Amino acid sequence: MNSPVVLENVTVSYGAHQALRDVSVAFPEGAVGLLGPNGAGKSTLIKSLLGLLRPVSGAMHVLGHDIADAPLAVRARVGYMPENDTHIPGMNAVSFVAYCGELCGLPHAAAMQRAHEVLFYVGLGEARYRNVETYSTGMKQRIKLAQALVHDPDLLLLDEPTNGMDPKGREEMLGLIRDIAGPISIILSSHVLPDVEFACDYVVVLHKGVMATHGPIAALKGDSARVFELRVKGDETRFIEALREVGIETHDESGDVMRVFVPPDRPAQLLFEVAARQGVQVRHFRASVPSLEDVFARALGD
Amino acid sequence: MCSRGHSAIDVPIHDQGYRRYAGERRARDRRWVVIARAGIIERLRERRFLALMLMAWLLFLVRAVQLYFGTTFVRASFFAPSDETFRNFLNQQRLFVFFITIYAGAGLIASDRQANALQLYLSKPITRNDYIAGKLATLATFLTVVTWVPAMMLLALQVLFSGSLEFMSSHPRLVPAITLASVLQVALASMTMLALSSLSRSRRFAAMLYALVVIFAGAVERVLQTATGAAGWVLLSPQNTLLVVTDALFGIEPEAQIPVAAALIAVIALLGLCVVVLERRVRAVDVVA
Repeated sequence: MNSPVVLENVTVSYGAHQALRDVSVAFPEGAVGLLGPNGAGKSTLIKSLLGLLRPVSGAMHVLGHDIADAPLAVRARVGYMPENDTHIPGMNAVSFVAYCGELCGLPHAAAMQRAHEVLFYVGLGEARYRNVETYSTGMKQRIKLAQALVHDPDLLLLDEPTNGMDPKGREEMLGLIRDIAGPISIILSSHVLPDVEFACDYVVVLHKGVMATHGPIAALKGDSARVFELRVKGDETRFIEALREVGIETHDESGDVMRVFVPPDRPAQLLFEVAARQGVQVRHFRASVPSLEDVFARALGD
Repeated sequence: MCSRGHSAIDVPIHDQGYRRYAGERRARDRRWVVIARAGIIERLRERRFLALMLMAWLLFLVRAVQLYFGTTFVRASFFAPSDETFRNFLNQQRLFVFFITIYAGAGLIASDRQANALQLYLSKPITRNDYIAGKLATLATFLTVVTWVPAMMLLALQVLFSGSLEFMSSHPRLVPAITLASVLQVALASMTMLALSSLSRSRRFAAMLYALVVIFAGAVERVLQTATGAAGWVLLSPQNTLLVVTDALFGIEPEAQIPVAAALIAVIALLGLCVVVLERRVRAVDVVA
């Protein structure tokens, strides 16, 4: 399997603070979700892949280039959609996107033609002569995608692409990402797990700057053992402690219904035995399906 | 059948999916030109700025008429040009250099910072030097159009009106003096404005900072010089320090009695300071350690 992005023992620091610590991973082709809570190091990783931040140790290879040796060669083949609101002041959409194309090496006429094409593709064809500053949040997300696509990159780095979008816009954006993910490799950084689950086949989970887990979503879900939804009446804290003692994990304990992960080598009946020992009543019990949220929660050890 | 007589199967369905680009890609060596061209075009779209540029050429017209009379009519020989004529012309253009620098330069980096455009620029295959060179070229182009270009055109008109190259041969230092003086004037104004623009996210604030550097520093220098009688205070004002160098280039005794080398070192030091500021401020990621 070809890996468009390979990280080898990468550490990135902001002064004394290590934002990424000894991260090693090979991103496969296709759409890869980059998950992690705030401060996990997702944006730092993306900026490092663009050569905007220099690792203090380790090596990063993007599309076969060492980013430390050839950052410009990498950026010529990578499209970046930043998380925050960004545009070139004073330009309408088509000028802005064409300008980005020219900055990436497209001749003026070709950049202009490609800008029209890409703006239609992302759904801004009708609004392409409007000043970008007048765009709504959803439209700004689309134009950020357009400027990242205009030079036809081989790798697309998307940082929270559905932020601030309404449900319809979000669905359309995810549809575009799935469509692009055929010919172009994508790294999609997002907090929204259903978005990642919809658009990606593979995830890399970061937590506090270190690699928590990575792998195909289907395989990671399969490892999640059997999942049950459970509601009990009684001393819930003591019950959860007792479950942990016998190797059963629980999540979402603060809600009405907790999710319980029973390892493959343990019978589900063990739940009832522990409940009986702790004197709590099981008021709700239902088999569930492992989700990406479960993978995420387990990786973070919440 | 649809209303136009086609059967449903005849209506083409265009590919709505993502299409790859198979056209030409240019080498990286002239990306700064793209930035400069976009900046110049954007400015030229503004009528107020065009009016300012046209006003900056009024003095050229006056000087051209003076040259005509000075070379054509003996009675108007007091209009005949000298080295000082061209030095004075460049000095008088400082007013327009000031306004054009503020108008076209204050937002060059500040507006990009406000729109978070720096990360966008620097995520493309361009370096920080490309970005700064593009922005610098934008402002320097306009300033050159109101300093070096009219000064050289005046020189050409002098040759044209007099019908001989005698004036040129009797004033051999004029072309290099005009060129060097213009380069220093344009470089100092452009670099100072760019550096100040990079310090803020507001073009107005950057403009105020520049006005402060030019006007306030000049005023303070005058006050201190009058109070103490020491000529060295001129180094406080970048504009007046540059005047000392300009006068020396034209072979004219400077008003401020300080060594030309000291003035030149001060100008170069200011340019160096601007480079350091730009190097620190033009970054895609602001790292707060």
